[in-house]
Amino acid sequence: MKNEWPLWEVFIRGQHGLSHRHVGSLHAPDAEMAIRNARDVYTRRNEGVSIWVVEARHIAASSPSDKGPLYEPSQSKIYRHPTFFDIPEEAGNM
Amino acid sequence: MDRDSAFFEFLLRMGDNTLVLGHRISEWCGHAPILEEDIALANTALDLIGQTQMWLGLAGEVEGAGRDADALAFTRDFWEFRNALLVELPNGDFGRTMARQFLFDAWQSVQLGKLLKSSDSRVAEIAEKAAKEVAYQVERSAGTVVGLGDGTEESHARMQAAIDYLWPYVGEFFAGDAVDAAMAEAGIAPDPASLRGDFDALVGRVMEEATLNIPEGDFHHKGGRDGARHTEHLGHLLCEMQWLQRAYPGATW
Amino acid sequence: MYAQMVKTDGKGVKSREEMSPEERAFQDRVDAHEKIEPTDWMPEGYRRTLIRQIGQHAHSEVVGQLPEGNWITRAPTLQRKAILLAKVQDEAGHGLYLYCAAETLGVSRDDLTEQLLSGRMKYSSIFNYPALSWADMGAIGWLVDGAAIINQVPLQRTSYGPYARAMVRICKEESFHARQGYDIMMKMAAGTKAQRKMAQDALNRYWFPALMMFGPSDKDSVHSAQSMAWKIKINTNDELRQKFVDQTVPQIEFLGLDLPDPNIRFNEETGHYDYSEPDWSEFFDVIRGNGPCNTDRLEARRQAWDDGAWVREGLLAHARKKSAATAAE
Repeated sequence: MKNEWPLWEVFIRGQHGLSHRHVGSLHAPDAEMAIRNARDVYTRRNEGVSIWVVEARHIAASSPSDKGPLYEPSQSKIYRHPTFFDIPEEAGNM
Repeated sequence: MDRDSAFFEFLLRMGDNTLVLGHRISEWCGHAPILEEDIALANTALDLIGQTQMWLGLAGEVEGAGRDADALAFTRDFWEFRNALLVELPNGDFGRTMARQFLFDAWQSVQLGKLLKSSDSRVAEIAEKAAKEVAYQVERSAGTVVGLGDGTEESHARMQAAIDYLWPYVGEFFAGDAVDAAMAEAGIAPDPASLRGDFDALVGRVMEEATLNIPEGDFHHKGGRDGARHTEHLGHLLCEMQWLQRAYPGATW
Repeated sequence: MYAQMVKTDGKGVKSREEMSPEERAFQDRVDAHEKIEPTDWMPEGYRRTLIRQIGQHAHSEVVGQLPEGNWITRAPTLQRKAILLAKVQDEAGHGLYLYCAAETLGVSRDDLTEQLLSGRMKYSSIFNYPALSWADMGAIGWLVDGAAIINQVPLQRTSYGPYARAMVRICKEESFHARQGYDIMMKMAAGTKAQRKMAQDALNRYWFPALMMFGPSDKDSVHSAQSMAWKIKINTNDELRQKFVDQTVPQIEFLGLDLPDPNIRFNEETGHYDYSEPDWSEFFDVIRGNGPCNTDRLEARRQAWDDGAWVREGLLAHARKKSAATAAE
């Protein structure tokens, strides 16, 4: 579909990270929006994170060897963490 | 009007803006033009709810009648609400929603910039937390307004229609009254009219890049910030928002 | 769980003698727990099954925003509103990760969307049931996300790399979903008489549809056997359903609610709970489009898609103008 937004690959370096890691992809009409979308989708707005986006078609690969997803939970939205909810032991594993 | 009452009114104005706008934005969940926007709009709504908890929380403290943010949000009737009319308007199409968002973000960014220097340290603290979020929000909403304004013929037409519809609601943010005068005198918040220059500069730049016209004329609707006359839309919104608490008073959720 | 209407070609899992050299090499890699990546050789059936399964999983997340989304504006406190919003946002995010995983197999997200809207692709049956009360928010998080987690945890080891990685990310986020649902149920069950009634009613309505999420017994399914050989499917439907029941019954008892099925009983011999089978004719009706909400769900998605066309086109047009201007400089 020629009118589909291009696909971008997203690379993120966390606050204490040493290098950017591939976390996934998303669609955006241009680089500016790709970065904003990446921030919303893959970092839940964590500050101090470095985001690189590259249009998928520009990536030349030898053999696919993705390093795996980087997950950085947002510090301010603590209810995202399973441990925020006090589920009693007797209710069983959750 | 004594200082504390004025302060309470001011805090309600800040918190009711974010409460009502956050509610409107949350209506888009699952209905946005593309998945990335569903996620972005949810972020916006979450930021606004967080800011609401801070502003209304402080309002309840200042009022000193034992009402917390939830009590203020879920048990007041329309005549006690102090949001500007702009934010209670229905979402309309995505263009109208994003135009409204940009106009609000633009005002918020200027307002919060001033509140960082509030003589009340609690206000300054809230402003500092909110300012980071709003800096991002205004960048995003401006980008969308530009992208749609200078997009296709259809997107341009819809954005222009949105600006034309919303513009008469902009002036209310800058029309000061006794509450604002008391806040300015106390150094807690700026005189609303003093924000207009920076607001016009920011909005003017974005509208130009978006190839959109700013409507002529000084007329603006009023009655939201002082609660004198809200629109019919607020009642329906409150009906939905407050229903559970009003149907089952005293329950904890 | 997302494999409704997935069909396998052929009459069954091929023996090694029947396989071509490429198929044998491929199967060896899968058996050795190697990850298959997008540009690796794969049987066409493997690719097609994955597109369908990952795609339908993605569709489920996207449609899944709707039942809970319809309660965001009625959430009873600011905190509950924020939590529910965050959960629904996660679901959109999960859909996004999964669409992107599916796209690595050579299909576009727009293609997949059109197939969903035309009814050619399905989504999880559970989202065709209505969310009628605040307690439903509890039941959905607890039972529906709970069931999804049981299905998803093993899929972190699925053979296709992008799918496995999406599942790892999803699993990390999903646990918060189940716990917030159970937290709501605990509050309701310990609350006023009306709240307890709401909680019981929600449990009664969601129990059997949640059991149906795992799909009917696949003891004799050719398709399931092939998917398991390819490690696209890790456990049988019955295994997963039993695990769900065993985990959930104590949680119902802890809430002090009545069991939604009088035949639920712990079986000392097997060490598992016995329970009534759901009405599978209802399941097939729902899959075929005759569930309580099918029409409304698809209409909502069709409307979002159609109404959003001018937005997607507008932003793309702007991006193209900008890049043409940059190129001209």
